[in-house]
Amino acid sequence: MNRLEVRKLSTFFDTDEGLIRSVADVSFNIRAGKTTAIVGESGSGKSVTSLTLMRLLPRTASTQVSGQALFVNRAGQTLDLLTLPEPRMRAIRGNEVAMIFQEPMTSLNPVFTIGEQIAESLRLHKGLDRAAAMAQALRMLELVEIPAAAQRVREYPHQLSGGMRQRVMIALAMACDPTLLIADEPTTALDVTIQAQILALMRRLQAETGMSILFITHNLGVVAHHADDVAVMYAGRIVEAAPVNDLFARPQHPYTQGLLACLPGQQRKRVQTVDGKRRLYAIRGQVSSPLAPPPGCAFEPRCDKAVAACREAMPALRTDDAGGSARCILVPEAASV
Amino acid sequence: MQLPLILRKLFRRRIVLAAAITLVVVVLVSVFAGPLSGLDPSETAVSQRLSYPSVSHWLGTDELGRDLFARIAFGGRYSLTIALLTAVGSIVAGTLFGLIAGFFRRLDAPVSRVVDAMMSFPDILLAIALVGILGPSMLNVVFALVLVYTPRVARVVRASTLVVRELLFVEAARAVGVSTLGILWRHILPNLMSPILVQASFIFAYAILAEAALSFLGVGVPPEIPTWGTMVAGSQQYAHQALWIVLFPGLAIILTALSLQLLGDGIRDLLDPRLRKSM
Repeated sequence: MNRLEVRKLSTFFDTDEGLIRSVADVSFNIRAGKTTAIVGESGSGKSVTSLTLMRLLPRTASTQVSGQALFVNRAGQTLDLLTLPEPRMRAIRGNEVAMIFQEPMTSLNPVFTIGEQIAESLRLHKGLDRAAAMAQALRMLELVEIPAAAQRVREYPHQLSGGMRQRVMIALAMACDPTLLIADEPTTALDVTIQAQILALMRRLQAETGMSILFITHNLGVVAHHADDVAVMYAGRIVEAAPVNDLFARPQHPYTQGLLACLPGQQRKRVQTVDGKRRLYAIRGQVSSPLAPPPGCAFEPRCDKAVAACREAMPALRTDDAGGSARCILVPEAASV
Repeated sequence: MQLPLILRKLFRRRIVLAAAITLVVVVLVSVFAGPLSGLDPSETAVSQRLSYPSVSHWLGTDELGRDLFARIAFGGRYSLTIALLTAVGSIVAGTLFGLIAGFFRRLDAPVSRVVDAMMSFPDILLAIALVGILGPSMLNVVFALVLVYTPRVARVVRASTLVVRELLFVEAARAVGVSTLGILWRHILPNLMSPILVQASFIFAYAILAEAALSFLGVGVPPEIPTWGTMVAGSQQYAHQALWIVLFPGLAIILTALSLQLLGDGIRDLLDPRLRKSM
């Protein structure tokens, strides 16, 4: 069963320089109880995708959204998150669909205790009174393994370390027992040991509650360990989507291949030493400007395998026999091998 | 932080402590004006007019023989009440408009232009015109001063709202499902308390001066109500015979306004150390 089915999602920003297509024609599924990861570099549109799904795009930007995001709620109803009226969307946010952010240092309100902030969500969605909400907030802090939770619940965000704050953010997100958790680079701002703890915590909570996770990241190592399905985004489009093992074992799209080759461990396997030195592989060039996209494939200017046909039109996303799909004209040949 | 700790930090600067003590004394004298002076501030005794400060009349008497201490004490009630109402009124209205202008981008331009227009008038001139139109009464003075100081607060609150609005916790609150009203009230407003508190103390001080100025110019509180402003205004022609009858109410104005300013400075330094000015 799919918890969320995103179909042909596009997000445009109307800027002074022109209409920018930040997310273009993005489709993916999140299975119930599973984790789908969206991977991509900065500016690839992965965060905009998550904000579009939550309908949290800044109100200052004149944005246009098209497509569908079919979400199956607890009661089994299918709702389109993109067209739901705002009051109903508000009832879903934090309740059925929760979100955690990249910056735990600034995503908590400095003037309230962490207990009060978790309690706010519970009072909003579960209708608990103050005392009951605070008691539940304490249980949530214990759930996310915060030591001395009884004391921490009365403390302010500045009294907590970054890792502790991200635990609080997870407690806040988990407070109403959501069916879908959107995690937008939840570990990027944390140091490596804390990252591992937070990821382990998220896995444990997923196993206990059966929630689905949409995991936004640029860290392929994290993806390999924690995702079930992966979608790779480049310049606002999904260039490759596959179950995690297939993607790492048989990357189809040159961009995915390039990303994997960039990893230090992978490099030793894939790239032969050149003039006696081992150099880390890097994808040459940089992401094209969204204002002046190349006429054909967006990755063509940086692609080592580009042929003349790549410059003519944006390739379609082609599905192969194994259930993966890639947006590259070279793929059918590769898939038939 | 606990309250005693905050107070200890605030009063670490002696001048702020002195200002706070002065204010407490002024408020106490005003509140307990009756029992303290034991005299009626409007009771005239022409035989004792313009008498020097003495044991029976601590600060002397005015041109109608009314006890000056009693009048300053009772006048403090009116002056402080007017200033307090002005501060509360302009803080409430200014915060409302500032929040609206800072948070809703579409409403920013209309609200801000009105605020700019109002602030381009000289304060006291606008107040004179308003009281002139409305007629002299205590409430009209408060209303005029609220109108004068509201844009000032609105501008400060708008600027702070613009900053707080962009912080991630506002987006996080939205992601939890908090409504726009809830975000304004529970997430943004509490983060604006320090600038608002500082503005409140400054406006309190300005309002005392402005009320005195309006009364002095004859467009303030009706002369039969003893405020510090009407006292200075009513007695000015006797100043060369009996300096004290304008000196003491004037001192009351200066001391109170100065103390409020110093306290406001102290609060601001405590809340936002970056703005600290050397005194």
